Amino acid sequence: MCVRGERAVFANLSFRVEAGDALLLVGPNGSGKSSLLRLMALLLHPASGRLTWDDRSVADDSEAHAARTRYVGHLDAIKPVLALRENVAFWARLAGAGTTHVDAALEAFNLTRLAQVPGRLLSAGQKRRANLARLVAAPAPLWLLDEPTTALDRASIALLEDRLARHRAEGGMVVLSTHQDIVLPGARVLALDRFAPGLARPASARPLLEPAS
Amino acid sequence: MLTFSPPARFLAFTRRLLPWLGALTGLVLLVGLVWSLAYSPPDYQQKDSVRIMYVHVPSAYLGLFAYMVMAAASAVALIWKKPLADITARATAPLGAAFTFLCLATGSLWGKPMWGTWWVWDARLTSMLVLLFLYLGYMALANAFDDRTRGDRAAAVLCLVGVVNIPIIKFSVDWWNTLHQPASVIKPGGPAVDPSILGPLLTMILGFQLLFITLVLIRMQSGIAAAQIRALSQRT
Amino acid sequence: MIAVFLTVLGRDIRLAVRQGTDSLMVVAFFVVTVVLFPFGVGPESAVLERISAGVLWVTALLASMLSLDRLFQQDYEDGSLDHLTRAPAPLAGIVAAKVAAHWLTTALPLIAAAPLLAILLHMRPEGFAVLVVAMVLGTPTLSLIGAVGAALVLGARRGGVLVALLILPLYVPVLIFGVSAVDAAVMGFAYTAQIKILAALLMASLVLCPLATSLALRQALE
Repeated sequence: MCVRGERAVFANLSFRVEAGDALLLVGPNGSGKSSLLRLMALLLHPASGRLTWDDRSVADDSEAHAARTRYVGHLDAIKPVLALRENVAFWARLAGAGTTHVDAALEAFNLTRLAQVPGRLLSAGQKRRANLARLVAAPAPLWLLDEPTTALDRASIALLEDRLARHRAEGGMVVLSTHQDIVLPGARVLALDRFAPGLARPASARPLLEPAS
Repeated sequence: MLTFSPPARFLAFTRRLLPWLGALTGLVLLVGLVWSLAYSPPDYQQKDSVRIMYVHVPSAYLGLFAYMVMAAASAVALIWKKPLADITARATAPLGAAFTFLCLATGSLWGKPMWGTWWVWDARLTSMLVLLFLYLGYMALANAFDDRTRGDRAAAVLCLVGVVNIPIIKFSVDWWNTLHQPASVIKPGGPAVDPSILGPLLTMILGFQLLFITLVLIRMQSGIAAAQIRALSQRT
Repeated sequence: MIAVFLTVLGRDIRLAVRQGTDSLMVVAFFVVTVVLFPFGVGPESAVLERISAGVLWVTALLASMLSLDRLFQQDYEDGSLDHLTRAPAPLAGIVAAKVAAHWLTTALPLIAAAPLLAILLHMRPEGFAVLVVAMVLGTPTLSLIGAVGAALVLGARRGGVLVALLILPLYVPVLIFGVSAVDAAVMGFAYTAQIKILAALLMASLVLCPLATSLALRQALE
């Protein structure tokens, strides 16, 4: 169960994600998509229930869990006075990945031309792409993406889709929330509004996941 | 679904306890007041103004005691995440601040006939003044957030930081003002004060202590009721 | 761990240098406020000399508090704090790096300016060295305590005023021993006890404050 403020957002939720999987979180505003992603990133703590990785509770070793997950939130964490490349390089170094993948990451999101532009001059879409570039600059098996397509144009979404497909082909996992259309072949869909507390309980506590139509 | 379920056993227990506790508090305070104001001997130097002590000393003690209660409740709230502990800490803070203020006000009243001025930078009074600021900071922080649970947790951390700092502040203020009287009620060699004063003083301390417990329980009840109202209003 | 510490330290110093005006403003506040005192109490040398240590310390205290919102507020608002708390290193170490960067860019200029202001306040030269030593030991403690306050008020209404109410009472011990060390030195008394106590306060806050700050930061993100 997850409690925000003094309100329970969702309860009795159970699912698992395997290597190569993509899980698409859907639901109306306030159904807890962001909260679930922040829970999985260990930025929030569940009021009850637990998260496990290979059957071990992730709360036992939060640093190891931080190292194997990348979280992309609503805010892009781009400093206005640092150049775009400095921004991405800092986050890559902080994640312990060094700066070896930074140029490839900028290339992947078509940012090479903007590498020396300070953050304050970037558009919303460019900042978002810089934020997404962290995924490539510091590789990790599980990506937690909260509405990653916000502010992106169609071409940039295609770049992201390409990266997602490559990540999954390499055995990576993706959990992603979105309101927009995004191509995620074989992704399963989790409708969070079905777990709002106070509604009739789901018939079983088993994973309620279904293939995307 | 409500995330706050009222602690039924606590409520049932306090509902039965409070009338008796209230009556006992009133009785002890009445005895203490009559004893200290009418039947205790006046000081040969301070005359009747010594009687301020019967309010001043219990207030000072409760100002500190309330902070310890608050710190214990904050620790429980942070470690075990019990909503009742948050309610206890929040219920205690204004009472502790009130007793601390009462201690400062009576100290000031006592100072006028004693030292000829309303305020002296005496080490103990100064420490109590800093304690009052700690209470004010706690209450301001607890109420500074739109999300109430965030206020609870931030204030709990602040309270624990404060409790670590209280001895350090006390030590430094004593250093700063080395001209202070040694503590005189509790000493290793037994009480140094005259028994004719000690009797009413201890009665008043007991009365204040009972008053504090009664008021905390009443404030906790209303805190629980307020949490229930918030939970109900969020259900819609 | 050390690599993460240095990465964060370097980034915060770079941010402070590129936003340069902030550090200058803290020193300017320090100088202007100290210069107000002769107008307030009169220019008599004896009066100024008597209050010089106290004025310098109280003003330094206020100046170091002034820049506290820079410590976490921007990282909180632009989402950087999410990623800083998720680095594969103890959060207390990252907090220590941020506080160190903050101290280097705000308190160090204050310490450099303090002896010059001491001349303006007619402090006797015997006090200068002790003033600098006491500030070198005392101001990191102020930054560390301030970090706890700055983390606690993240997301609060009127956080700037609130942080003053929270941490100024906790600054009292540093103020008392800082002033007392300088006064003792000026009057020719022993001051090593005060310096040792300032060092002890620094050690204690070095251990406890980053832990309390990281606890407060995690709560702020919940």
